[in-house]
Amino acid sequence: MSKNKLGKVFTNGLFGENPVFRLVLGTCPTIAVTTSAINGVGMGLAATFVLVGSNVVISLLRNFIPNKVRIPAFIVVICTFVTMVQMIMQAFLPSLYESLGIFIPLIVVNCIILARAEAFASKNNVGESAMDGLGMGLGFTLGLLLIGAIREVIGAGTIFDYQVFGAHFQPMLLLILAPGGFIVYGLALGIINGVTEKFSSKKKEAEHEIS
Amino acid sequence: MRLAEVGFFLFMVDCILCNNYIFSRFLGNCPFLGVSSKVETSIGMGLAVTFVMGLASAFTWVAYTYLLEPYDLKYLDTIAFIFIIAALVQFVEMFMKKSLPALYNALGIYLPLITTNCAVLGVALLNIKSSYGLIESVLSGVFGALGFLLAIVMMAGVRERLETSDIPKPFRGFSISLVIAGMMAVAFMGFTGLVK
Repeated sequence: MSKNKLGKVFTNGLFGENPVFRLVLGTCPTIAVTTSAINGVGMGLAATFVLVGSNVVISLLRNFIPNKVRIPAFIVVICTFVTMVQMIMQAFLPSLYESLGIFIPLIVVNCIILARAEAFASKNNVGESAMDGLGMGLGFTLGLLLIGAIREVIGAGTIFDYQVFGAHFQPMLLLILAPGGFIVYGLALGIINGVTEKFSSKKKEAEHEIS
Repeated sequence: MRLAEVGFFLFMVDCILCNNYIFSRFLGNCPFLGVSSKVETSIGMGLAVTFVMGLASAFTWVAYTYLLEPYDLKYLDTIAFIFIIAALVQFVEMFMKKSLPALYNALGIYLPLITTNCAVLGVALLNIKSSYGLIESVLSGVFGALGFLLAIVMMAGVRERLETSDIPKPFRGFSISLVIAGMMAVAFMGFTGLVK
């Protein structure tokens, strides 16, 4: 039963409450760093590491942190993991670190991480919290990958730096530039809303017919 | 962009229009999308952010220059800055509750959320990164926030009209707001390169 619940927590973060498309949290990095698929994945994985780490530590400390000072306490824990990611990336992935720039330290103020600490990790045990962090983090990565891929394919004609179209393709530069982030994210959000709505109404109809 | 080189006016233009926090730096999107449904509340939010960003720029600059740098604690900058910002927001909240209760109630949950407004931490980190002095830091904070105010008020103006328009159902809410923000960003792209 508990294994089943862990799986549910995981897929909830990945699809049911996907932070990019369902919760619409952490919009700044979603728009800023998705100029290419690889940047999106790098940002997503960095956030995943912070989410899992902070969820585990906060879940372990949940009975010791007084309720009144919980937010500052959470922020200290999150900050610690962000500083770790920052140092690790600077040492081993300097080019990615350079292209993500200021958005690495800004993971601290990414609403997803504080929201999961407050809504999930401070109320559940370590295993579930770790799974929630992993699911949410990978859901975030998936969303960033999707938006990054769309922008890179149309805006630069490449994906993960491989040429997709022939030499005659004229890339639509707008999507790589600032406005592209807003527009692609907005349209993707609308389309996914529409698809989920259709899907769930069909499911309801099917359930209705059975009953 | 150095203040001494370009002068006060161009520095202001650069912060507000060319490097707008929403449209070209992508910082502070959460309140930009969350509190922009009415013009009045958006003005309040923008002014509160302006106040906090100006103060935060000054305090973080002082803390970095006189505490973190001399004692070789630069790697603690993120932690130190977020604490200074959280304390400032608490202060602004108490002040508003007492002297501007109407605005305090209108802003609701978004006031404590200024702490996690990435524009505030962003301006502190960017000031350090561009090695600004104290005056430049404060000015870039205040002007940057005025750019934010401009963006959020424009957005609120559009969204008030959107309420009466017929938008396809799945695109209502965040989706259409993001597309509109994208179009505004196209307009703001026209300002790039205005200040050399």
